[in-house]
Amino acid sequence: MMGPASELICGGYPQGTQPYERFLLSPSAWGQLPAALMQEPAMALLGIWADSAQIHACFLHESSGEAVLASTPVTGGYYAALSPARPGAVRFERMILELWGHHAEGAVDLRPWLDHGRWPLRHPLAAKPIPFSGEPPQPEFLPVEGDGIHQIPVGPIHAGVIEPGHFRFSVQGEVVVRLEQRLGYKHKGTLSLMFGTSPRAAVRYAARLSGDTTVAHSWAFSAAVEAALDVAPPPRALHLRALMLELERIHNHLNDWGFICNDAAFAFPHARCGFLREGVLRAIAAAFGHRLMMDRVLPGGVAPDIAPRGAEAILAALDAVEAEIPALMQIYEAHASLQDRMVTTGFLRPELARGFAAGGHVGRASGRDFDARRLPQNHPYPVLAFDVPVLEAGDVDARLRIRVAELGQSIALVRQLLTNLPAGELMAPLPVRAGEGVAMIEGFRGECLHWVRLDDGGLIRGIFPRDPSWLQWPLLEAAIEDNIVADFPLCNKSFNCSYSGVDL
Amino acid sequence: MLWPKLARALFAKPLTDEAPLLPRETIQALGERLAATSRARLGRSLAIREVDSGSCNGCELEVNALQNVAYDLERFGLRFVASPKHADVLLVTGPACLNMREALERALASTPEPRWVVAVGDCAVDGGVFKGSYAVENGIGAVLPVDLLIPGCPPSPAQLLEGLLSLLEAEAAKK
Ligand code: SF4
Repeated sequence: MMGPASELICGGYPQGTQPYERFLLSPSAWGQLPAALMQEPAMALLGIWADSAQIHACFLHESSGEAVLASTPVTGGYYAALSPARPGAVRFERMILELWGHHAEGAVDLRPWLDHGRWPLRHPLAAKPIPFSGEPPQPEFLPVEGDGIHQIPVGPIHAGVIEPGHFRFSVQGEVVVRLEQRLGYKHKGTLSLMFGTSPRAAVRYAARLSGDTTVAHSWAFSAAVEAALDVAPPPRALHLRALMLELERIHNHLNDWGFICNDAAFAFPHARCGFLREGVLRAIAAAFGHRLMMDRVLPGGVAPDIAPRGAEAILAALDAVEAEIPALMQIYEAHASLQDRMVTTGFLRPELARGFAAGGHVGRASGRDFDARRLPQNHPYPVLAFDVPVLEAGDVDARLRIRVAELGQSIALVRQLLTNLPAGELMAPLPVRAGEGVAMIEGFRGECLHWVRLDDGGLIRGIFPRDPSWLQWPLLEAAIEDNIVADFPLCNKSFNCSYSGVDL
Repeated sequence: MLWPKLARALFAKPLTDEAPLLPRETIQALGERLAATSRARLGRSLAIREVDSGSCNGCELEVNALQNVAYDLERFGLRFVASPKHADVLLVTGPACLNMREALERALASTPEPRWVVAVGDCAVDGGVFKGSYAVENGIGAVLPVDLLIPGCPPSPAQLLEGLLSLLEAEAAKK
């Protein structure tokens, strides 16, 4: 089963990362990695990041669901690029150059990404950042050739209540020939704020990496810390985490369902989904004291406990959602004008979804069957019953249908969790010591991958929170090609990638 | 079928919540601000342009929720518009990210006077948890002249509504 890339990586020096091993490779072994990856397509790249001296990458064996990490020292400011073998590497390599100052040799693209030339320093995460002042450079876009091509610049401020980012459309008549995204407007220096703090202090940044995914990111961060310190949170805490994670999926999927229809100017589902979602959020507030459940998942467990009447409120709100799903779906399907906008629009080829290891509804609507809830270490999911819907159609309609199917699954999961909520403690104590851990938690967009390294004093010395959007944003550029400009909002909403999550 | 549902909704009781009670002090403070700046009145209706200057998107979720049928903003004369050129209120979320500074300044320049600038959420108020980062200038007060602060992480739709209605009340009080 082991291909050349796996063998190369496992030939490195194990570094003791939990629960997936990280192997340190010599620069020459790492240099052979791109060629080896070409021969092992089932080895998916989940992310690349750095520290001041090394590059780290996380891979997933698509067939077994096992992950493995590889690292290499940066020599003279350079390391071998993985982007020639894995297209998903491109944005990570751009980000690493800007934040740490390490150059990917042989990279496909190293244009500025997060750094717009407006910070007082360059390479803010390098051992020695360089002070910077001067005019911000103009962004460079890839050239587009052809007859009668013109450009439409959109953003950073968009027309709706959404996050800022710039889209550069090159269009021929009505048809999009190329879309290029330029993000980074929301860069808040989150990683630098997390460095040197304790896990308890840093988790609030994980909770605010992408507010709509606050539970999943807080959990992934906490789970990485717990893996590093070999701590098992109490069963009640794990159940409550899963409960919150499913509620987060439910409120976001309802939101997206409504908004996708709204972007096709079909207001009724938007109004109903918005109302149902409001009911869910109020129930969540009654149960957990916060409408989005921010700062509820903490390293070691959960705080506070679910309120005494919280379960009732949640079940009542979910009953209302469940009762209305069939009627809403029937309306969705019965309107030819709506179907005409959804079906075949924004088609994402399954090969591309696999090539980028796209998670969540983006991957699963294009045939990539991965869900981090099925990983054996992600308790309590191994004892829960649920299906993971997968479709092949890859269009806006398929991404919407995945969400609706997941809604049903999540409602069933919440009921299982509430019936079998174990009694007991909510928090396990965290020892103060060194360790390194990695975790993947399935948020509503896909798996949130966090890597954490703690020093002897238990403080954060290495961190990378990877939002699933890293591997989905580039695919939106592909999915919109040959669609008309007017369908962009639909395609965009059907992906619903996070800006804040990737801007860091 | 959609039509029977819509017809039934015409006769059903509304889904909308009661209007909130407004804090006297906030209205008074806003009224004083109006008097001090001798700003022209905007009237009993406000067009709102939301601008995200680098939020975590939690605040956007709640600003969007404010537009659902439970809050039914338009009954108060409040509505969200697509361009700052049509706006009376700039509603800004997130810390003042350096990468958004120019866009924020341009949005303000495009918003006609008289206007209100409202900072929504702890980040917009003073930078929130992102205070002190190399990439932010803390609260949006560093870039824009802020009239009203609505703290919270994120503020709930009810708190947002309270703040926006206070603007309307302050306008009405200044005859
Ligand atoms: S105030 Fe809170 S919810 Fe709003 S942008 Fe800041 S961190 Fe996010």
